[in-house]
Amino acid sequence: MAWFRKEKKPRQPRRERLEIPADAWEKCEACGHTDLREKFVRNLNVCPSCDYHRRIRASEYLNILFDEGTIEETEVDLRSTDPLGFPEYPGRLKKATTNAGEGDAIITATGMLGGAPLNIGVMDFAFMGGSMGSVVGEKIARLGQRSLERKYPLVIISASGGARMQEGVLSLMQMAKTSAMLSMLGERGIPYISILTNPTTGGVSASYAMLGDAILAEPGAVIGFAGPRVIKQTLGQDLPEGFQTAEFLLDHGMLDAVVHRKDLKGTVGQLLRHMTGKPAATGWTSP
Amino acid sequence: MASAPVMEFEKPIAELEKQIDELKRLADGQRLDVGSEIAPLERKLSDLRDQIYKNLTPLQRVQVARNNKRPFTLDYIRLAFTDWIELHGDRAFREDAAIVGGWARLDGETVMVIGQQRGRDTKENLKRNFGMPHPEGYRKALRLMKLAEKFHVPVLTFIDTPGAWAGLGAEERGQSEAIARNLYEMAQLEVPIIATVIGEGGSGGALALGVADRVLMLENAVYSVITIEGCAAILWKDGKSPEMRERAASALRITAPDLYELRVIDEIIPEPPGGAHSSQEATAKAVQEALIRNLDELRKYKPDRLVRRRREKFLGMGRVEEG
Repeated sequence: MAWFRKEKKPRQPRRERLEIPADAWEKCEACGHTDLREKFVRNLNVCPSCDYHRRIRASEYLNILFDEGTIEETEVDLRSTDPLGFPEYPGRLKKATTNAGEGDAIITATGMLGGAPLNIGVMDFAFMGGSMGSVVGEKIARLGQRSLERKYPLVIISASGGARMQEGVLSLMQMAKTSAMLSMLGERGIPYISILTNPTTGGVSASYAMLGDAILAEPGAVIGFAGPRVIKQTLGQDLPEGFQTAEFLLDHGMLDAVVHRKDLKGTVGQLLRHMTGKPAATGWTSP
Repeated sequence: MASAPVMEFEKPIAELEKQIDELKRLADGQRLDVGSEIAPLERKLSDLRDQIYKNLTPLQRVQVARNNKRPFTLDYIRLAFTDWIELHGDRAFREDAAIVGGWARLDGETVMVIGQQRGRDTKENLKRNFGMPHPEGYRKALRLMKLAEKFHVPVLTFIDTPGAWAGLGAEERGQSEAIARNLYEMAQLEVPIIATVIGEGGSGGALALGVADRVLMLENAVYSVITIEGCAAILWKDGKSPEMRERAASALRITAPDLYELRVIDEIIPEPPGGAHSSQEATAKAVQEALIRNLDELRKYKPDRLVRRRREKFLGMGRVEEG
């Protein structure tokens, strides 16, 4: 077919000319965009091209939300036990502790946001899928108690597949326990903001995650009572596009806003100033 | 007598019953007196029932809890209450027949009764969605609880569900929020609440009626964070075989004695020999007695003390290690 032939130049190994090592590049899991890791990190692990929000560790959220140098971790001494004698649970706990740290599936801390004190709990999906057992419930209850005592607003960032099966019905009761604590905060007019990240399902979504005075979610986060796989199974058909995403929940009236990770701190600060009767941050002027 | 499918472990009971029935029929036909032959058989039957029901495995208890001859919420309402009038709807979306609720009288005093309702046959199960509520069911339940609070009337709930419904509409209308809201509101409702687990207490869908001052549980009921099938499927990739279901049923600690020991429930209501399905009347009587007695105690507390104690009770749940 070809009636002329293009002279092909021998390929220059271009990589050699770049001084950036190959492992400094990262590829977005969602859109395939390749960029310097440095750029992903500076963008809070959000893809600079498609805004895909990567999962990040609990400690990173603390750095994002709190003012620098104000973070003080609380409830650091609580550990899970194996109350039911559940098969393989101690081993799994040990492995999770090695891989994700000693904080179990939530880190709690007290500190400042925009100069105002508050308490924050951040779930860690890396620890057994962010599952809620007795420790998660107890840490939230104690953090809530701190909020009650000092009238500090409470923020919880959720990332969880639900209740921790290995602690059986005790995990289920953590839903009631955390909700009871939130009802006490509610009664005293202490603000509680819930932030949902990918994923927030099961017993966590059916308790404190959906009880915020404001409920925010990161773009694209999967949020629901039953996980998509379970629903697919009961229905026997594929789920509609975008089902159970943060945007879907916003459309259905279940969230106040979908907020980009880089705007989380500003949004939480603004909401809390409204709810605690503080003046607007500098930069806001009356029209 | 209508024959429902017999549970495997009840087969010896069913066989003996059949023998006795045949003997009776034979005797009737030939006008013989077989009383002296039947009496020992009936003693044997009663012993056999005791023996089998004293040694139920957790999996067998799940089967008993799910048995469709067991009394359901509406059966208790019929047998243990008077002056019942059902109320319908969540005032927002639709009526959900998987939860029933309304005014009734217990021992002559007005109470609000709310519970999941399963169906006995396919037709009723379609209407009741096998006792698996949608968000509107939980919102109806909450509406009725607030109504009871308005008129200072205690709330009595009956828990009997495999779990909250997992489907498109349920997700779209906020199944999570509906359950969460009930937990939150029940933690501050200023009237006595007693929850009774009468069959299967399945996860958050059960707990949404379960934040109570007293949680009672029938002897053969179960209460769990996940169905045994779901647990076995996740952990051992096999939710169907009896071995794995048995393993999950034991591991999850879902029986009434387990939950009493874990301090999740306050009282076990004994079932008649042979289980609740062997005598709905006797079971309802035991439940009625327990409700009257517990309610008498709860009525002594002022609303703020009641709420404080209820919160403290749930805040104390769980096992952690310090240090």
